[in-house]
Amino acid sequence: MQTIQKHEAPDSSVPSLDIDPFSDDFLTNPYPYHERMRDAGELVWLESYGIWASARHEAVRAGLNDWQNFISSAGVGLANFRTEKPFRPPSLILEADPPQHTRSRTVLARILSPRAMQQVREDFQKEAELLVDRLVQQGDIDAVKELGEVYPLKVFPDAVGLTEKGRENLLLYGNMVFNAFGPRNHIFQEAVERYEPVREWVMNQCRREELRPGGFGDQIYQAADAGEISYDEAPMLVRSFLSAGVDTTVNGIGNALFSLAGHPDQYAKLVARPELARPAFEEGLRYESAVQTFFRTVNRSVEFCGLPLRENDKVLFFLAAANRDPRQWPNPDVFDIERKPVGHMAFGSGIHGCVGQAVARLEGELILTALAKRAKRIEFTGEPVRRLNNTLRAFDSLPMRLIPH
Amino acid sequence: MATIKYIDQAGGETVLAVPAGTSVMQAAINNGLPGIVGECGGSAMCATCHVYVDEHDIHKFEPPGAPEREMLECTSAPLRETSRLGCQLAVREGDMITVRLPESQQ
Repeated sequence: MQTIQKHEAPDSSVPSLDIDPFSDDFLTNPYPYHERMRDAGELVWLESYGIWASARHEAVRAGLNDWQNFISSAGVGLANFRTEKPFRPPSLILEADPPQHTRSRTVLARILSPRAMQQVREDFQKEAELLVDRLVQQGDIDAVKELGEVYPLKVFPDAVGLTEKGRENLLLYGNMVFNAFGPRNHIFQEAVERYEPVREWVMNQCRREELRPGGFGDQIYQAADAGEISYDEAPMLVRSFLSAGVDTTVNGIGNALFSLAGHPDQYAKLVARPELARPAFEEGLRYESAVQTFFRTVNRSVEFCGLPLRENDKVLFFLAAANRDPRQWPNPDVFDIERKPVGHMAFGSGIHGCVGQAVARLEGELILTALAKRAKRIEFTGEPVRRLNNTLRAFDSLPMRLIPH
Repeated sequence: MATIKYIDQAGGETVLAVPAGTSVMQAAINNGLPGIVGECGGSAMCATCHVYVDEHDIHKFEPPGAPEREMLECTSAPLRETSRLGCQLAVREGDMITVRLPESQQ
């Protein structure tokens, strides 16, 4: 009986919508649905899964910053780890609460800090310039397969200290992990099937002997040497690099290129002032957020947005909808690289705010700078093709022409 | 309400009246004040809202927690005794705070 009750709204006065946020239709074009949810209330009930949905900026921000009431250790996907078996051993940072989370995060935050980025910046810049040089010469490219995927798969695993061979397996891993935050729908099933053959390879990369001494991965093991974390925890934290560090930036870059190609006036601004690369990437994250959603679980009964939430209720926070909430942003559907969208939710917020955000910004800035300096225009040469994912806003293909200066 | 005075490198002063609970970073962003970037939005993840709090006001805030101390190691401008991240400094009702802006944030 309890299971059934859990899937019903606490009372009939709650704003309730018949929307499936993991349907092909929703994932293909989420924005009209986002608007419906925002307009229906601060917090709405989704009948499809018996979950709460939060789509306004203020509520998303408030919920994500209240880690005591909205916990992560019961999973940040649809599944509730208190009542269901997790699909993989839970992450020690993403799917954890303090004090475990604090211990993991302290180590990762140091390894990925702005200071650490200064150390890798030169290498990352060199690779961005080499790649964009080659692609501008080529002219017609697939901006996903030949740029968006290639660059993060080069620089980030280099910095982590992985071997060159087999890195494309990380795309299948990331795709599967981010799909697993949704229901067991056809998108998830297909992702699991594609991941299964590379599972062993991925898990093997987390071992210390596979990691270049001094790289980000090895630095996790050094933290274990220093007693900050245990040796059992170290490979699990390397796993977090591999799951969260690639498909996110791949799509962050893909979405930024899509937005710039679709707004030639904005790309022209970037060409005139390449120092806008960093704010342009930031606006791309707001406008087309690579990570669209994350769940939390209600720890114990609490009132939120004036509504009674019960222990174990699941709440789906729509980062992407918050990023286009007109209550927060003037002209939210306008892509403006000079906007300075401080406070967007694309990296989440609060203690679980993306620990790798300095890496993501560095990659985005360097690619857009290199492009602006080499291509005077970028134009679509075919229809962009989306790749549906339960959590990510992703592309399969972005046919594009880069026109040199 | 509370009052925050920002003094830039050239000695220029901007005084903002903001509701209690607002952070020194958020107040600057809301009012388009140059000199504070606040890139990460207030998660103590980027060290681009670095300020020097006036020594008469520094005791009005709780000392920095571990994440802020870690991030203060990453500031672009020199670190001083009074260095703080503006995103971690929420003003209280009636506060009058003076902060100085560093020469750079990135």
